[in-house]
Amino acid sequence: MAQHEVTRKREVWSGRSVFIMAAIGSAVGLGNIWRFPYIAYENGGGAFLIPYLVALLTAGIPLLLVDYAIGHKFRGSPPLAFRRLRRGAEFIGWWQVLVCFVIGVYYAVIVAWAARYTFFSITEAWGDDPEGFFMSSFLNQDTDATFGLSFVPGVAWTLLLVWIATLAVLALGVQRGIGNANRFFVPLLVLLFGALVVRSLTLDGATTGLDAFFTPNWSALTDTGVWIAAYAQIFFSLSVAFGIMVTYASYLKRKTNLTGSGLVVGFSNSSFEVLAGIGVFSALGFMAQAQGVEVGEVVAGGIGLAFIAFPTIVSEMPGGPLFGVLFFGSLVFAGFTSMISIIQVTVSAFQDKTGLGRVPAVLAIGGVSAIVSLLLFPTTTGLNTLDVVDRFANQFGIVGVAFVALVVVAWIYRRLPELRDHLNSVSSFKVGTGWMVFTGIITPLVLGYMLFSEIRDRVRDGYGGLPDSLVTAFGWSVQAGVIILAVLLTFIPWRRGIDEEYELDENRPLASAQAPASSGDPSPGPDSSTGGTR
Amino acid sequence: MSTAAVAMMILALVTLWGGLLLSILHLRKHPDDPD
Repeated sequence: MAQHEVTRKREVWSGRSVFIMAAIGSAVGLGNIWRFPYIAYENGGGAFLIPYLVALLTAGIPLLLVDYAIGHKFRGSPPLAFRRLRRGAEFIGWWQVLVCFVIGVYYAVIVAWAARYTFFSITEAWGDDPEGFFMSSFLNQDTDATFGLSFVPGVAWTLLLVWIATLAVLALGVQRGIGNANRFFVPLLVLLFGALVVRSLTLDGATTGLDAFFTPNWSALTDTGVWIAAYAQIFFSLSVAFGIMVTYASYLKRKTNLTGSGLVVGFSNSSFEVLAGIGVFSALGFMAQAQGVEVGEVVAGGIGLAFIAFPTIVSEMPGGPLFGVLFFGSLVFAGFTSMISIIQVTVSAFQDKTGLGRVPAVLAIGGVSAIVSLLLFPTTTGLNTLDVVDRFANQFGIVGVAFVALVVVAWIYRRLPELRDHLNSVSSFKVGTGWMVFTGIITPLVLGYMLFSEIRDRVRDGYGGLPDSLVTAFGWSVQAGVIILAVLLTFIPWRRGIDEEYELDENRPLASAQAPASSGDPSPGPDSSTGGTR
Repeated sequence: MSTAAVAMMILALVTLWGGLLLSILHLRKHPDDPD
């Protein structure tokens, strides 16, 4: 078959600014708004800044650069990029893709909740009982059942719309869909959230909240748990090590300043987080003052903060409906741009493996994701299922694959020097021994400890008092299934011409184009001329 | 707000937003070469 018939051109961002915007859109998600403020408060308040900064500089940004280097150098979705790094590493890419699949199917549900609450805010539909409204009226949760398929139409319809919007953006393509969506939604998010912070700061009691948030508890710095919490926050917040940044970087032009872009993305994410801390704690300070209690008594994180504490604040403040629209609208936009990036990882891998066009790939993979999401979560038992899937996908899925990927890349295949050279060949901010130590030693140690302690705790304590059958089915089994399926997917042959495509790619890095492929490079083996790749 | 809280808030804003500003300035000084 003629070469042009088996190879296709990879999509490309129009410039680095679109890539940076998309990477920021991916990194800034729900966790920035509802996780960081709570984690910082619980782990030393103002003193948390020290371990947080150390984690950003020694793990967050260095890991981001590992992802950029792999995606940009090997120009593929995670399975293809890792396969090009070394064939035996392909399963890591599939593991990342499947983690994204699992996260995508429940993440969409939270975006759907936030979308409904944006409208609920206008009428303050929760009345004087936000918790009862959320659990009973809105989610219609059945606390007696472990798992069921009784649908909650109000959630299911909104979830369907979220999926349609996500898949529509992805179907438009990397630049026209993802790029333009992020160029619109990221500035809109900053604008909305900025307005929310300004309003929060003018509320009575705001300074009390800020005082609680920023007062340093220096003794926390001697607590190992606080340092691990800081690394975990940076790690989960930056969208690193589960395929998103590898995928996004694979669409960059050859001569793109990777490290300079990474610094902007890393600091943007953390800048937004500290802004979120200020906005959230100002509002919590107001709530505490209105109720005549200490700030510590109203502090919450996650779903409790967003869907119970904030509706309470909206009800208690003058001009509450507008404040609610700003808050939940911010959650929707932050979640939507992250959601796009998560599903793009799965679509991109499916396209690379099968050779399907973008739209059929979006319909196939996006369609399956949407169906799974719609079957499992908008139900009367969906909240507990979501809780378990979320915990295990993050603490085992993301942490596990990140740990294995770093050990394999740094220690088994010893490819960090090559990735360092690649970063330095195209970037203005050079990385050296420090980057190698951070990514090859410090971060794997921290991740290994996180993984070990989570396995120990879950085996010993179960999770959140939830039934063991639920934890086994949606926690342990899903994560074990993900790893098994990742290995099995490596046995499915790649589409024809996958190696020639890399050799002919005009955006392939100069170093690879000029130098002969190293031992691990995807050199065209004896069978590649026939297009057979495995 | 206590003095310590104000100091930590300023430190957080200066390091993180300052880091962002410096990163953006650095990137602007180094435009990508055309392919």
